Amino acid sequence: MNPAVPAARPAAGASAGDALVVENLSKRFGGELALNGVSLSVRRGEVHGLLGANGSGKSTLIKILAGFHAPEAGGSMRLFGTELPLPVRADEAKALGLAFVHQNLALIPTLSLTENMRLTHFATAPDWRISWRREHDSVAATLARYGLRLNPRAPISSLSSAEQALFAIVRAVEDLGPAVDSAGRSRLLVLDEPTPFLPRVGVDQLFALVRRIVSEGASVIFVSHDIAEVIEITDRATILRDGLRVDVLNTRSASHEDFVERIVGRSVTLFHVHKLGAAKRSTVARISDLIAPGLGPLGIEVGKGEIIGLTGLIGSGFDRVCAATYGAAPALGGRLELEGDGSIDLAEIEPPRAIQAGLAYLPADRLGAAGVGGLSVAENEMLPVLERMRGRFGLDRRRMARTALELGATFNVKPNAPLLPLMALSGGNQQKALVAKWLQTKPRLILLDEPTQGVDVGARQQLLAALDEASLGGAGILLASTDWEQLAQICHRVIVFARGLAVMELTGARLNEETIAECCYHSMTRIA
Amino acid sequence: MSEVDHEALHAYEARIVALEAKLKAIETQFVGQAEAAQPFEFKTAAEKFGLLVAWAILIIGFGLLTPTMFTWPPYASMLGFNSIIVVLTLALILPLTAGDFDLSVASTLTLSAMMVAILNVRNGVPIPVAVAVAVAIGALIGAVNAFFILYFRIHSLIVTLGVGYFVNGVVLWVSNSAVVFGQSLTFLVKVVFTTRLFGIALLFWYALILTIGLWYLFEFTATGRRLLFVGRGREVARLSGVKVERVRAGALIASGIIAALAGVLYVGMRGSADPSSGQAFLLPAFAAAFLGSTAIYPGRFNPWGAFVAVFFLSTGILGLNFLGADSYVQNLFYGGGLVIAVSISQLVRKRQAMD
Repeated sequence: MNPAVPAARPAAGASAGDALVVENLSKRFGGELALNGVSLSVRRGEVHGLLGANGSGKSTLIKILAGFHAPEAGGSMRLFGTELPLPVRADEAKALGLAFVHQNLALIPTLSLTENMRLTHFATAPDWRISWRREHDSVAATLARYGLRLNPRAPISSLSSAEQALFAIVRAVEDLGPAVDSAGRSRLLVLDEPTPFLPRVGVDQLFALVRRIVSEGASVIFVSHDIAEVIEITDRATILRDGLRVDVLNTRSASHEDFVERIVGRSVTLFHVHKLGAAKRSTVARISDLIAPGLGPLGIEVGKGEIIGLTGLIGSGFDRVCAATYGAAPALGGRLELEGDGSIDLAEIEPPRAIQAGLAYLPADRLGAAGVGGLSVAENEMLPVLERMRGRFGLDRRRMARTALELGATFNVKPNAPLLPLMALSGGNQQKALVAKWLQTKPRLILLDEPTQGVDVGARQQLLAALDEASLGGAGILLASTDWEQLAQICHRVIVFARGLAVMELTGARLNEETIAECCYHSMTRIA
Repeated sequence: MSEVDHEALHAYEARIVALEAKLKAIETQFVGQAEAAQPFEFKTAAEKFGLLVAWAILIIGFGLLTPTMFTWPPYASMLGFNSIIVVLTLALILPLTAGDFDLSVASTLTLSAMMVAILNVRNGVPIPVAVAVAVAIGALIGAVNAFFILYFRIHSLIVTLGVGYFVNGVVLWVSNSAVVFGQSLTFLVKVVFTTRLFGIALLFWYALILTIGLWYLFEFTATGRRLLFVGRGREVARLSGVKVERVRAGALIASGIIAALAGVLYVGMRGSADPSSGQAFLLPAFAAAFLGSTAIYPGRFNPWGAFVAVFFLSTGILGLNFLGADSYVQNLFYGGGLVIAVSISQLVRKRQAMD
């Protein structure tokens, strides 16, 4: 930990006039503190930024405010002067003027604007008869007040992504009732990463809407990865790192570098960088002109035994490369050339063809796409190699059990009991079993999405060691992750993405956690 | 340190790691073999064989009330008659395992029975040819189901409900809503019902053979494993290279074929084809499929569980009939049985989740 980081102190200038004052919030997951005595104060009529890298505690803080997580004892929360008991009850907070717009906007695409707008109203109001004309007119009038000219009868799906975001924000604000109520309470809106998937024009519209809302006396918490946007729209910003509040910046007087420095920190990586040899010269796979929704065109050349990290901020497209290359998600075009196996059209590729070509893909959704929790570890591991398990009378079940047991031992799955259902294992051990499932096929190109998410430190090292070993055997590895420390630890090369494009490549001495992070944050603004 | 030394050192380290892993694998193999031979656990045993125990209790309970239940003849005829339901249940569990419902099996059974009877009695087509045609029709119905479910991505409940009703209409049409019977069906009756082995009609042994066949398919073939993964985790199966659509279509077509075989057996049992009787089998088959999924291989649709479940349910009905209950008891037993069976299977799955 960096000693220069100031300890969390009570929010300066906290007063009854503040919209939100949160003090000393902590949250422990397992043994680790995800949030460590964090304070946050938002003034009335202020747009307040909340920034932090992955794992900084930013989303944990938002989830506590929204009532998803219960914080540890000792914290407090005051909303427009009213003390709220913790854990937060969502309905109570809403009655006091707190609303959220999350990245998935919680709109029903097939229903009309009016129906979406009135959803909560319809769900609770004891109306016998709905006058649709009156409802449509009032919704149109409401939207017009915020400068939105949209047809209230149209389905949500007919709106652009930007319009949908704007509509969701208006709905959240309107749901809270009058701008300032009789008790002098106003409204506080939390915008949780609203911009990553919006075009620049949409971001401008969204900011105009935010300014309008604030001009009516409301306050906004703006959660984002994008420093340029935070500088543009916010008055002050709170920055978290490693579960601590690092600083509160006055946005007007702060520079881009001030932000990056605080988000990334200058802490020295404690891990011994453990890289196995330099990448061999020969190429094992070449991806060219890959285009997929939100990605490309992209070309990557993977050397024999090379581990390439793919990273970027949310919405940058880095997390779509593996799925598109494997045929797990549709690609619009592109070619994959594998050493001695001709060229495969990526617009056509399906998993069976990918497997046949020697690819393996481990998706991020562990029990949704990678393995079936209700079936046994052995059954999960044997799925890709069933053809090899044929005995004289059909599947050789003893050989399958033995193979699963050996895999468990090699990959350190604990407990090594292949008959247990997969979901009975811890997250880390599930992942080891699923990595084993694919590595036993001796793939030439291994594609992984966030392989160490939700995996404890010990298991993480074992997983990385297993990947190291696979690369030593000549496999090429593409590893998509936002865990920069891990990328720095294991990769020979890291490619940084922004707005769907590969914008930077880090190797050698530049390949460390801080530089990766800086590149991610810088590249975002350079492109925008 | 020079670059070359560095690489050599790493290669050396890696070799040591690999050797250590291998050593560990050999060590754990011995420990593991003990682990793999699952220790006896009361809970799992109770789950696996609970239905068999319940069946025994049912027999003893009824036997104490009506001594006829302790004699063989009623069982011999029950095992014969209800084997039709066994076959129909086996038809169901294939698509159920792959995650699809097939509500058209009962109509397929009826149409198949009707085709065999009409072709043979009215048109003089030899029995083997008539059976082949009936089975082909079953496969066709399965293929139609598969086409609408997979191409248009409609829920299987809706497609098979509609197709089943449609097929029912075809049955009424081709039969003029009349029972079809004739002397020439005697051969089939002999082969299916009147010939007995160990005092039980051949029909029962056919059902048993089919049960064993499907058990082999489920437990000892790659196809069976893929079927299971398609039903339990479609995305997992797809990303593991399983051709999901092909597996689902195969299960639906196989379901149609087996249901058609059940229709052939039905003609053999009755010596006639009745345009309405097949429908009475649909709910019992579903009840048995779900009740069977709580036994033998708990949490999975499985042939042996289905086999036991059919006879468990029919033993209950047999006993209540002996006690003087009317035919309404069938509806009570099968309807109630289905809901209770699904509730139990839900409990079984939850319990597994919590372990």
